[in-house]
Amino acid sequence: MLFKRFMALLHTRNKEFIRDRSSLGWNIIMPVLIVAGFAFAFSGDIGEQFKVGILNQAEASDASKKFLSLKHIDFYQVDDQEKAVIKVQRHQVDMLLDAKNQQYWVNSESPSGYLVEKILLTDDDEKFQKQTVSGKQIRYLDWVVPGILSMNMMFSALFGVGFVIVRYRKNGMLKRLKATPITAFEYLSAQIVSRMILIMIVTAFVFYGTHLFVDFAMYGSHLSLFLVFALGALSMISLGLVVAARITSEEMAGGLLNLFSWPMMFFSGVWFSLEGAAPAMQMIAEVFPLTHVTAAARSIMVDGAGLLDVSYHLLVLTGQSIVFLLFGSWFFKWD
Amino acid sequence: MTPALLQIKNLVKHYSNVQAVNGIDITLDSGICFGLLGPNGAGKTTTVEILEGINEATSGEILYKGKPLGDTFRKEAGIMFQSTALQDFITVRETLQMFADFYPVQADLDDLIKRCNLTEYLDQDNRQLSGGQRQRLLLAIALVNEPDIIFLDEPTTGLDPQARRNFWNLINDIKAEGKTIVLTTHYMDEAYTLCDEIAIMDHGKIIAQGTPKALLKANFNDVILQLPDTEIMDLEHLPFTVHKRKGHIEITTSDVDEVVSLLIENNISLAHLQIRSRTLDDLFLELTGKELRV
Repeated sequence: MLFKRFMALLHTRNKEFIRDRSSLGWNIIMPVLIVAGFAFAFSGDIGEQFKVGILNQAEASDASKKFLSLKHIDFYQVDDQEKAVIKVQRHQVDMLLDAKNQQYWVNSESPSGYLVEKILLTDDDEKFQKQTVSGKQIRYLDWVVPGILSMNMMFSALFGVGFVIVRYRKNGMLKRLKATPITAFEYLSAQIVSRMILIMIVTAFVFYGTHLFVDFAMYGSHLSLFLVFALGALSMISLGLVVAARITSEEMAGGLLNLFSWPMMFFSGVWFSLEGAAPAMQMIAEVFPLTHVTAAARSIMVDGAGLLDVSYHLLVLTGQSIVFLLFGSWFFKWD
Repeated sequence: MTPALLQIKNLVKHYSNVQAVNGIDITLDSGICFGLLGPNGAGKTTTVEILEGINEATSGEILYKGKPLGDTFRKEAGIMFQSTALQDFITVRETLQMFADFYPVQADLDDLIKRCNLTEYLDQDNRQLSGGQRQRLLLAIALVNEPDIIFLDEPTTGLDPQARRNFWNLINDIKAEGKTIVLTTHYMDEAYTLCDEIAIMDHGKIIAQGTPKALLKANFNDVILQLPDTEIMDLEHLPFTVHKRKGHIEITTSDVDEVVSLLIENNISLAHLQIRSRTLDDLFLELTGKELRV
């Protein structure tokens, strides 16, 4: 009986979403447009400036100091050599220089790396030791696509569930359901599963549809990515339930959902890396589910990581889902 | 002895500083249509919501078939709220099927659709239904589980006269099946036509209860005579109370013969004389007063 009631709610909610053409269309079109926009915007050279990461800048040798005094090169301080080398491999940085030990890393496949190396070695070739790395270029587009997919999922999860529940509460639909044998658990489960199915279908559609005409990186397993997105969707839908658990005003719900979604959109590493961000911001970002979905999806798509590599993010998302679900169900009111 | 279908004992509901329901007792037997009447703010909606199980009483006891409200009640009760939103983009047929799937016992949907005159609108989106069609769908939803008891909260509010009469016929059909109906309404003619028993609530208490005819008989032993006001120029010298109304006057009396004789003696034409009995409207105003309630 429980399953029959659950399925009745699930089917009806799915039909409602699919028949709402404008909402469905927007859910699909928006992320496609964003990805296409980025593909177009970053299809050419980003800029003329070279980018060089510097290790041990404070203890730079005289030869290094001379190089560091050059104009039109973007020098930035690096603390983690391992991470910086990966960036050289991905062409995100043209060169990594250990200013104290006079050692440098360039990507043998990078034209910019080749040019900046020539500038470094203008005076005396013997002063710097070369370390060659190789790796395919990771463009900003490759880097940003996992974040856009995750972000689109976040909006669909938060507003698609949170807003809908508040609307039903306000117009009395939930009150009518309360007068039936339906339990809150059955109702909320149907909402979650319905939205998860729809998010996964829409995300798959956007992923493969966009991939047809925009060549972004996907080195990992599709199944692993599916699992990350499924867990991420569950976590963010559950967050939507928490927001919608008692509110009766759509305006209030909209405000609260924006309060959650906007900081997540900007401070979850969707658009820019949080590596150099202030520790406080990094701590806040750690709380956001979007941070973990984006990071895990990016690792799989860009680095070809496996589930074990992203297990920390999966664990956090699972924990958040459980906490949000329990709290949302406990706090839920029909009217 | 078979217990009453629904028994309410000393029901009380307080909101922060308002006593919405103040110790009411009602016993409902199977197969009757029970009307709960009262001005706005009298406590009838709160009472009905507690009976429907969607609001909790502060104190008191409600027994359904001799047992506290619970799963059995939810499965055997049909509820029609005054205003219920239905899901957008879903058809009438799908809405009925969804609600039917919530219950272990389901009515024959084809038969229900026919009885509620929904055949023509089955594939129509809920959003496109007119007021009358929508109310009939909400009634069908209330009947989808073959309920033993049906709560109808102001079911004809906002409907045109034809749609109201049509709805009354549907309710009479349900009554004929022996189902118990709890009806709240602001229309006294509706209560008089449909209800076997009524209770009038005010300030959270039941102030009158019984069959409509018995209540009228107990409260009134007079009738009202109506005459066009052009017929009587001087009202002062007549030895009975006269109320001026718009376009006519009303004389309330328990002795029609005496009044008619006096009117003839005063050469007042009786050509347009109308005599009407007291109605539930009169009783309602008599018991609850005429001041505006908000």
